[in-house]
Amino acid sequence: MDINSNKYTYTFAIILVVVVAALLSFASIGLKPFQQKNIVLEKKQNILKSINIVVERDQADEAYDKYIKESLVIQNGKVVSDPKVPAFDIDMAEAIRSSTDERSVPLYVADKDGERYYIVPLRGKGLWGPIWGYIALKDDANTVAGATFDHQGETPGLGAEIAQQAFQDEFTGKRIMDDDGDFKSIRVVKKGQASDDFQVDGISGGTITSNGVDAMIEDNFKSYIGYFSSLK
Amino acid sequence: MADTQVKVQEKEPLFSKKNRALVTDPLNDNNPITVQVLGICSALAITVKLEPAIVMALSVMFVLAAGNVVISLLRNLIPNRIRIIVQLVVVASLVILVDQFLKAFVYDVSKQLSVFVGLIITNCIIMGRFEAFALGNTPWKSFMDGIGNALGYGIILIIVAFFRELLGSGTLLGMQVIPSSWYLAEGGFYSNNGFFLFPPMALIVVGLIIWAQRAKNTKLIEEN
Repeated sequence: MDINSNKYTYTFAIILVVVVAALLSFASIGLKPFQQKNIVLEKKQNILKSINIVVERDQADEAYDKYIKESLVIQNGKVVSDPKVPAFDIDMAEAIRSSTDERSVPLYVADKDGERYYIVPLRGKGLWGPIWGYIALKDDANTVAGATFDHQGETPGLGAEIAQQAFQDEFTGKRIMDDDGDFKSIRVVKKGQASDDFQVDGISGGTITSNGVDAMIEDNFKSYIGYFSSLK
Repeated sequence: MADTQVKVQEKEPLFSKKNRALVTDPLNDNNPITVQVLGICSALAITVKLEPAIVMALSVMFVLAAGNVVISLLRNLIPNRIRIIVQLVVVASLVILVDQFLKAFVYDVSKQLSVFVGLIITNCIIMGRFEAFALGNTPWKSFMDGIGNALGYGIILIIVAFFRELLGSGTLLGMQVIPSSWYLAEGGFYSNNGFFLFPPMALIVVGLIIWAQRAKNTKLIEEN
């Protein structure tokens, strides 16, 4: 058989594509439940990590049920009493497309050693793709108890450093509102220049990702400020 | 032509001298990065830290060895005119398969790797080896060639990442290596060289490696 004839070439191409497509579809469908489970467990791990509870992935379900007492849906500073989508299932990527006073966003209320924590999910843009994270506020709904960030594809060693403990630890003890109760957000500034309760050091070489974190915090917190103020 | 097939010797042992040379040659005399100057782009992009460089080296090894075997098995069936497309389909589907498996069963590794998956597909070493070797050789030889070239690639990647992480961040595999008391901030005299965090420094390090390699291995020096 002439393997360079047109007929053979077309037949070969068609068979190859069909075989590969079938293989990849089966792999994708077959592995989807496992992948989905990992994603849900990781989300629970991340939520818990913001209040300094570090658990293995296979214990995330149990720990989540133990510490997270309530998950609310917040819209424009008010609790939505009858949400369409449960708080945990809200797709943040979708939510942040609408303006800050229209979007419905989740708020997790945790109870750890008798202390109450409010955990705010964040989602924004880095340099190459989405970045996200969780910031936990203490009982006063103002002081940061812990933060955790993650990213899809920031440059390793530069922007990807936002996922490092050292960067996340900087947020602990910072505040989002000043003494008058006005929203100040937490600014990510040039490395070495953070001077007060509302600033943290950025990452050198990762300026665009640092700015992304900065914008993400301001944008996401806006939806909650009304609710936090009403708690006082 | 690339598809001329090397005649298979009948009773050649699996680890004959020639087969071993397929693995050892790319480590030095025929290194894909420093001699063939392939795969430079990924060598610049992912050598800021040692750990991703190691993960990348291992992933490339898997894709290159498996891809070489697949292409080699199909070598007498692939129509000449669409061979590049066929190679591309094989690399792309292998990479996607690997990625899906990692996501399902070793999620943490897959998070490390996710950025580099695209880079593996575009890594010129892979297409280069398919085209230059696997299309004309038996599966076992192609497998050895894949392992060898991935090792040669990985070694350079790891050397570059070692220097970049050490001098750029003061750490190795994420652990602080340079004593923190040396730093200016702690009253010392030392400061990390931020330039090492950027790709141009990788190019300079690769250049220095090429220099060192040619100084030792004089047969690589071209005649003028």
